Amino acid sequence: MKPLEIADKIKEKFQDEVLDVKEFREQVAVTLKKDRILEICRYLHDDAALCFDYLIDVCGVDYAGKKEKRFEVVYHLYSIKRCHAIRLKAEVPETNSEIDSVTVLWAGANWHERECYDMFGIIFKGNQDLRRVLMPEDWEGHPLRKDYPVKGPEKEWPGFQAVLDRAKRFKEFEWHG
Amino acid sequence: MEQIEKTFETRELTISMGPQHPATHGVLRLVLTLDGETVIKCTPHVGYLHRGVEKLGENRTYFSALPLTDRLDYISSMNNNVGYVNAVEKLFGIEAPERAKFIRTMVAEMGRISSHIIWLGTHVLDIGATTPFLYAFRERERILDLFEALCGARLTVSYPRIGGVRNDVSQEFLDELYKFVLEFPSRMDDYETLVTENRVWRKRTVGIGVISAEEAVNWGLTGGMLRGSGVCYDVRKHAPYDAYDKVEFDVPLGKNGDCYDRYIVRMGEMRQANRIIKQCIEKLPTGPVMADAPKFTLPPKDKILKDMEHLIHQFVLITKGPIVPEGEIYSATEVPKGELGFYFVSDGTGKPYRMRVRAPSFVHVSILPKLCEGGFVADVIANIGSIDIVLGECDR
Repeated sequence: MKPLEIADKIKEKFQDEVLDVKEFREQVAVTLKKDRILEICRYLHDDAALCFDYLIDVCGVDYAGKKEKRFEVVYHLYSIKRCHAIRLKAEVPETNSEIDSVTVLWAGANWHERECYDMFGIIFKGNQDLRRVLMPEDWEGHPLRKDYPVKGPEKEWPGFQAVLDRAKRFKEFEWHG
Repeated sequence: MEQIEKTFETRELTISMGPQHPATHGVLRLVLTLDGETVIKCTPHVGYLHRGVEKLGENRTYFSALPLTDRLDYISSMNNNVGYVNAVEKLFGIEAPERAKFIRTMVAEMGRISSHIIWLGTHVLDIGATTPFLYAFRERERILDLFEALCGARLTVSYPRIGGVRNDVSQEFLDELYKFVLEFPSRMDDYETLVTENRVWRKRTVGIGVISAEEAVNWGLTGGMLRGSGVCYDVRKHAPYDAYDKVEFDVPLGKNGDCYDRYIVRMGEMRQANRIIKQCIEKLPTGPVMADAPKFTLPPKDKILKDMEHLIHQFVLITKGPIVPEGEIYSATEVPKGELGFYFVSDGTGKPYRMRVRAPSFVHVSILPKLCEGGFVADVIANIGSIDIVLGECDR
């Protein structure tokens, strides 16, 4: 199926949810409201003609100061059976930055959502395992936000000093063989 | 006897495997809960190698973010470069000339062989066979030597460039590569003799870490992991890039989705990669190796040194970046580990507004608990080896 036809199908089924459909270099992105994202994904996953069985990627984008709603969660879907792809984008505001998790449909979404939470602070409701994945668990801030400095925060991560102290302690250890 | 049994007390044991452990292929840490020899719970911890490639990429121009991609999957940097330049070219709306496309296909397949061969060596080494490891490095060394002859670098090559490749290949390079290509199948036969039907190897891998086709797709696995379960999905076939639609190759498939089938698939892939390289050398067309798109590609070096205009042009492109159309693009390529995707959001400036790297290893690590739980501790090693991860790519 052509990507624009898929977008039309989504539009037909969820009229009020679709905010925008954009095509760029033969790739189609459908911008959605976030509230019924799980329902829309379920439809795309289960419908026999669409059959999006493979979730390529979930990632966040920070549009601080550029768009009314600060974040966007981007889903890349592909159907191995039908060989077609679509991109879904759900708008998430800065206050109350929550969105439904799609782990019930695609098990592989779990780590992508964890990373998105780690990097942007977007909370995925229904994800049972929403912990930081790349940054240490006690890290402050969300590095991929646009207001986060590239060089890192001013304050050093407390865990770093703990590691240094421990290394020093091990160095002083004398081996009585 | 009864007395002894009563006084014995068993309890679960939690151990931390890694991050400094030779069999975790980098800095992967697994927290394992054991009941005797059986793994009850497995929790992977990643991020020890997190360098913020995505954040760095957003603060650099498209040209200067290219060397960052070398450091993702550092044992097949050529493939990462190819993935990156393909995505950027798609965004810019330019196309590399035919000769450059063939060269890229050729070097990407060389990267695939060198990556798979190191996977083979370390995977069998983890399980206890030292011999193939020593021989595997002989082939890898030859490929790295060829890379060195081609572009001067062995590991972090940055050879493919936006709009083509850095320099043309020489005839000596092609001759040497052709010699390698003719020899390689017999080397593969050697490895297969050593490993494929080996009884110990089969006992350690057949029926270990089984994942069904539906589950594999549902978990978002790609590459050898997915094809080992019998799902025919290969980006090179589904959405051909570079010259993959002009060469013939098969996609090897497994059946059972266990460690052994994944091994068979990757061995098959190496032979196919060899086949592709051979065709690329034979079909290599003549012509330029850089696209004629002065707005998006750097001018040739000899012109920069002689001509003021080109010098200024280069300076502007490097410092400010090109003027890129607004939009967003997702582009995927098949790297040795699976599907490497780049997602760019462009806001019209010379730097990407958002650069997202969809790394196959990241997804593959997430399936480790599913593969390991219920199995033995020794099988954890077999599973880590067979999913073929590189932590540089996983942590980005």
